[in-house]
Amino acid sequence: MHAPDGFLNAGTAVATGAVSLGVIGTAVHQSKATLKEKQVPLAGIVAAFIFAAQMFNFPVAAGTTGHLLGGALAAILLGPSIGAIVVTIVVVVQALAFADGGLTALGYNVLNMAIVTAFGGWALYRLFRRILPNTAAGVVAATGLAGGGSVILSSMAFSLEWLFGATAPIPFDTVLGAMVGVHLFIGIGEGVISGLAMGAILVARPDLIYGARDLDRAQMRDRTPIGARTLVISGILVALVFGTVVSQFAADSPDGLERVAADTGIAANAQDHTLDRFVFADYATSGIGNEALSLAIAGAAGVLITLLVGFGLFAAVRGSRPRRDQPSGV
Amino acid sequence: MGAGHAHALYVHEHTLLHHLAPEAKLAAAFLFVVAVAISPPQAIWAFVAFAAAIVLLVRLARVRFRFVAGRLLVIVPFVLFAVFIPFIGSGEQVEVLGISLSVDGLWSMWNIIAKASIGATISILLAATTEIPDIVRGMGRLKVPAVLVSIATFMIRYLEVIAGELGRMRVAMTARGYDPRWLWQAKPIAASAGALFIRSYERGERVYDAMLARGYTGAMPDLGHRRATRRDWAIGAALPLFGLAVALAAGVLT
Amino acid sequence: MTSMALDIQGLEFAYPDGLKALAGVDLRIESGERVALLGPNGAGKTTLALHLNGIKEAEGGTIQIGDLPLSEENLGEIRRRVGLVFQDTDDQLFMPTVGEDVAFGPANLGLRGDELDARVNEALAAVTASELKSRPPHHLSGGERRRAALATVLAMRPDLLVLDEPSSGLDPAARRELLNLLQELTITQIIITHDLPLALELCERSVILDGGAVVADGPTVDILTDTKLLERHRLELPFGLDPAAVRDLVPRRA
Repeated sequence: MHAPDGFLNAGTAVATGAVSLGVIGTAVHQSKATLKEKQVPLAGIVAAFIFAAQMFNFPVAAGTTGHLLGGALAAILLGPSIGAIVVTIVVVVQALAFADGGLTALGYNVLNMAIVTAFGGWALYRLFRRILPNTAAGVVAATGLAGGGSVILSSMAFSLEWLFGATAPIPFDTVLGAMVGVHLFIGIGEGVISGLAMGAILVARPDLIYGARDLDRAQMRDRTPIGARTLVISGILVALVFGTVVSQFAADSPDGLERVAADTGIAANAQDHTLDRFVFADYATSGIGNEALSLAIAGAAGVLITLLVGFGLFAAVRGSRPRRDQPSGV
Repeated sequence: MGAGHAHALYVHEHTLLHHLAPEAKLAAAFLFVVAVAISPPQAIWAFVAFAAAIVLLVRLARVRFRFVAGRLLVIVPFVLFAVFIPFIGSGEQVEVLGISLSVDGLWSMWNIIAKASIGATISILLAATTEIPDIVRGMGRLKVPAVLVSIATFMIRYLEVIAGELGRMRVAMTARGYDPRWLWQAKPIAASAGALFIRSYERGERVYDAMLARGYTGAMPDLGHRRATRRDWAIGAALPLFGLAVALAAGVLT
Repeated sequence: MTSMALDIQGLEFAYPDGLKALAGVDLRIESGERVALLGPNGAGKTTLALHLNGIKEAEGGTIQIGDLPLSEENLGEIRRRVGLVFQDTDDQLFMPTVGEDVAFGPANLGLRGDELDARVNEALAAVTASELKSRPPHHLSGGERRRAALATVLAMRPDLLVLDEPSSGLDPAARRELLNLLQELTITQIIITHDLPLALELCERSVILDGGAVVADGPTVDILTDTKLLERHRLELPFGLDPAAVRDLVPRRA
């Protein structure tokens, strides 16, 4: 979502702004090699496509509709760097020319909607491609899973930003639970639409897809459906990612350890950590039932996002070569 | 998730703001919103001052308040969230009409609503007084890398074309009785989106050929658009200077 | 003394999947001629056009524009000399405003400032589209877009004008405007078209391309009265057109 000004504090706006500038700057620099001059109008037109696609709604349930974010799909179609750049331009122009999203919120809006979705989505795509069969169906499934996962990653990133930049007395774990919970459903929609759209593109012009350039003709035509075993493994992976969320609901009920600590008076001291008040926003940690567990989960989520986005960035910078020759566009 | 509007906000007028160079406007808008964002919510007088400045600008730009109010609807979801905060917020509570509200929560609600609406209004003003190609050009003059500016320029050129094609696809599908209500019925929409991507891609290749045909050798040529003058920058500086002065005073006095 | 505007010899080209698009095309056009390029869909007409300014690279044969052979080093000058008006105007009008589109070509040739401005105005005046200068292309009608696209090309002062289906999609009035415009231009023209009346009215000479080779080349009236020839190449006179009856009215080779 396009957060307005004032939603997160100034420090977070600056920090996320710096991160976004750094990442996109690197992406621009790195893509100078791959973004051959031919691709500039192409990237612009795909940006227009993403912008337009975000405006149109698809049905979710009983007539309610959802909207596409498209970051993961852009990364898989164009490559992670160019995908991130394209969605960044969409988000920036939406803020400047359509007043959608605050000017000072650009730092975290770009980070959440373009960088985390594109690089994180690309990382998820590569991971799923590794365990799914090397066929067109594998590409479609990986795209769908990456699309859904990218949305959830994005909501987790926002929750983490809330931890550091909250401007309201709502604890981090509540925000995390609510954000990720809602985006679980939105993610299903994004995943399904991304996968189906990828399927349509694969049938007509598989050569256009950056993420499928490792498939040869035979693999592309392979119509064997994806086995139950691989789907289960994928499902488990996805569940692990979101397990951090589910466990939040357990955090609010005092567990055995906490009861012991309360009985022996340790808990009272534990709650008064002055250290984290310097790091986390005033409000983000107060009101949490079990602060230590919440912060541990925040840490895990942070590590997960950093790993995935980092892997996506690394893969982008390394720029893996296609394993078969592309017919050069005339 | 937010859906961007494809309806340009530009309101065709000839005012001081309309004729100001885009890079000056962009910088002024951004810096002013920064000043607003760092102001402590407790200094209510500061936000009154900001609002007064905004009202002045809206009159100066000859933009109708009804227009601004209409475009402000985009922040409504966040306003609703903000209103919700005092009810669920922690910390010191206060009784209002029999309901327990969080004091900090009330300040947060005010903080978010004030800053979001002021920020959004500035954005609306910027968009209303600056045509989109000029906004993109302003970005370039503010040192945004040329390749990003080029991509953005093509994007805004083809946005309506592609949105139009997507719209026509939907109309064609609806005309054949397609009325999806559930996610698993979305396959035709997704398939048409995929087809549109392919057509967009192929158009991208043809546009490149057209650029080559007119002598393109890798860099967009300078087409001689007016650059910001010292006068532009001076006029543009008025708003952020005012904003920063108010913000500083608010920070010191609170 | 007329000079050779275009000299194609033995041009060959195949698509990546092996399909032979051009199988040895020979064509010579003198300066000032207007030649209609006819033929069924898929004959290779557009492909041929894209070779004339080096967008597509031939596998065999030679192309000479005026006194300049087509080669890697000459591409810049070749692209100035050959003005290609694309079939889909949206591919060719890729800038946010018509004025910028018209300026794109000459700016790539090095024109700046007042000189560039003058050239833009000159080109727009030549197609009576001066009022379109600051309009965005996607807000224009089909006829306006076609004229704007023509202006973008004329701004480079080409020696050879190649138009790909210029009258397609135009209403009769817009078509008439375009026809009159082309009639007035003295530049050598190749007009790819299905619009046989246009060919008859404008072009003294017609060439039929089919299967990647020239299968007929002669005065338009002769070609259009040869019904068997037309039939062999999937061409047909529109209802009511009697070329023989207007033999004295159509343009003739000097």
